[in-house]
Amino acid sequence: MILRELSELPGVSGDEHRVRARLWEAVRDRVDGGRVDALGNLITWKGADRPGPKVMIAAHMDEIGLMITRIDKDGLLRFRKVGGIDDRVLAAKAVRVGPDGIPGVIGLKPIHLLKDNEAKKAVSHEELYIDIGAASKEEAERVVRPGMYATFATAFGELGDGLVKGKAFDDRAGCALLVELLALDFPFPVYGVFTVQEEIGLRGARVAAYDVAPGLALVLEGTTCADTPGTDPHGQSTLLGHGPAITVMDATHIPARPLVDGLVAAAESAGIPWQWKRTTFGGTDAGSIHLTRAGVPAATVSVPCRYIHSPCAFMSLRDFENTRRLLAAFLEDVPRVAERLAQGSA
Amino acid sequence: MPTEPARGAGPQHPLVPLLQALTELPGPSGREHAVGRRVADLLAPYVTDIRHDALGNCIALKQGAGPEPRPRLMLAAHMDEIGLIVTRVEEGGFLRFAPVGGVDARAVLGQEVRVHADAPLPGYVGAKPPHLLTSQERDRTIPLEDLFIDVGLPEEAARRRIPPGTFVTVHQPLTPLLGTRVAGKALDNRASVAALIEAMRLLARWHHEADVYAVATVQEEVGLRGAMVSTYRVVPDMAIAVDVGFGAAPGLPEDQVLAMGQGPAIGLGANIHPRLHGMLVRTAQQHNIPHQIEPLPGSTGTDAWAMQVVQSGVPTALVSIPARYLHTSVEVVDLEDVRHTARLLAHLAASVTAADPEGWRYDLA
Repeated sequence: MILRELSELPGVSGDEHRVRARLWEAVRDRVDGGRVDALGNLITWKGADRPGPKVMIAAHMDEIGLMITRIDKDGLLRFRKVGGIDDRVLAAKAVRVGPDGIPGVIGLKPIHLLKDNEAKKAVSHEELYIDIGAASKEEAERVVRPGMYATFATAFGELGDGLVKGKAFDDRAGCALLVELLALDFPFPVYGVFTVQEEIGLRGARVAAYDVAPGLALVLEGTTCADTPGTDPHGQSTLLGHGPAITVMDATHIPARPLVDGLVAAAESAGIPWQWKRTTFGGTDAGSIHLTRAGVPAATVSVPCRYIHSPCAFMSLRDFENTRRLLAAFLEDVPRVAERLAQGSA
Repeated sequence: MPTEPARGAGPQHPLVPLLQALTELPGPSGREHAVGRRVADLLAPYVTDIRHDALGNCIALKQGAGPEPRPRLMLAAHMDEIGLIVTRVEEGGFLRFAPVGGVDARAVLGQEVRVHADAPLPGYVGAKPPHLLTSQERDRTIPLEDLFIDVGLPEEAARRRIPPGTFVTVHQPLTPLLGTRVAGKALDNRASVAALIEAMRLLARWHHEADVYAVATVQEEVGLRGAMVSTYRVVPDMAIAVDVGFGAAPGLPEDQVLAMGQGPAIGLGANIHPRLHGMLVRTAQQHNIPHQIEPLPGSTGTDAWAMQVVQSGVPTALVSIPARYLHTSVEVVDLEDVRHTARLLAHLAASVTAADPEGWRYDLA
């Protein structure tokens, strides 16, 4: 399963090249061509000269992570966060540092030595550091430099009732879906775009969409799934195991109605379970794609993932498969959806 | 004795396989059986007798060659680790839990765990997601009672397979770092158990007069309980507890920490018999074993504290292996510190004669 490999590869925003190389290897025989742009987006296409609207399907390659900013005199590494990470998940975690994946850990002051109330205060990432076992600054400098990235050292695995766990499902799940979709054949031009720098401001998608100039765009995501204790039903953005989530609105984007209707119709007619994404915070690459050039009709379809932006996320393989089926069914309907889009803008 | 490894030997260090075998086994306080069995297997080639007592302590004896009555030296390291215990299965199949031992809520969120049900089930410790919290909530540690374990099972299956009382341990493979350091779970106190086994391996080939008891104790993390009863059974003339001590790291009080990679710490204070302390220091000096002195006012909080007051009282000492990030899944030790701890214990054991404990207690005219 390519998701296993994609999940375990390091690819923090700005450092996506290993993920890109693996994805190109996976899709090169499924597409007519591909190129890498100035930011590092991987743009692939098939049937570029076919009639009909250019359909851009995007998934981002980057993941949240850490960047080494300083090596202390005792050989410990100070770091900053790349992308949205709750400081509280950082303590007591194993990480991999730099291109060679040097093992390290983020330690924590022992509970025995805490002063009053210290135990109750969240530890800021500024107080934490990565320990790679170096006994001195010189020893650390032999293998690590400031500017190197670090990721969580989380192994992919299966668990529970048809679930998988791993890091970076946001958005390697979307990347794996896009790899699957590019195996299909379409009567219209399709651009499969693996973007960079989504987690730090939807930046790769902006320039890739300018370049592709799509007629419509689909963004594939791994999204939040707060169906866990302590969360009110109205805060539960999606439910694990209840099928692909279709976005109506988030902080960056209001999807085009004909696309949303088309996705729902495709799910209903194929008998695929689906759900609305029921919260409106956060954003996806659709936020920058739909504002490209003179505007692009776009929509977001997501696989629910519990605990995203933490060292480990859970995803249901049934949800993944149903998301793939929904997208395949929708893509068959694209000519009809394009007609409705044309009527709407006429 | 293992050959001197070069700095950077990391994964090749001879103690890596032993620590891997010991730390990756689950052994929360009260459920140390798997670890106890492994310790017994590992000690078996080097000792003359092994038994497990009523609480699960693993007590091994290497008989000495001296004339009877032989002095009895007890070396003890606790083999239990802190853990969690399931208290309730929630709607949706999520598990609520309570701590076993000194669990730090800050170190539990986002940990992969094993739930020791009918089979070890992989799970993950979650909480209400950060985007649903107020900024005030975000500045606070999420208390243990607001965390839950997700094993990805439907509620019905979770209820059937995971009764309240099921034990849980963190899941973290032993990870070699740079040089001779390793990170992992339960290095508190399996690093010391490894030192104990390595010491017995060395001692097996040497002449020694004393009866040497190597004891892997249970339930230290919940109140030094295994040490209490195993010491009663052994009735040693002298006893040394081996545990981990706070390794130096930023933000820790400099007078309360041990230097990493500078050898074992030999404790000094009310919990430590001065003569036994002196024997340890002399042994280290004689054999060029790097060591440091650890001043310990009052309770050491280790098995030594319980061992000292068994029966009519036992001369005790404490040898500590410097370790960072105690009570987390990423504790760090330097394997050279473990190796030197083993050497110190073995040489000390080999040096004990019947004359040593004489005069440590006496009648007045």
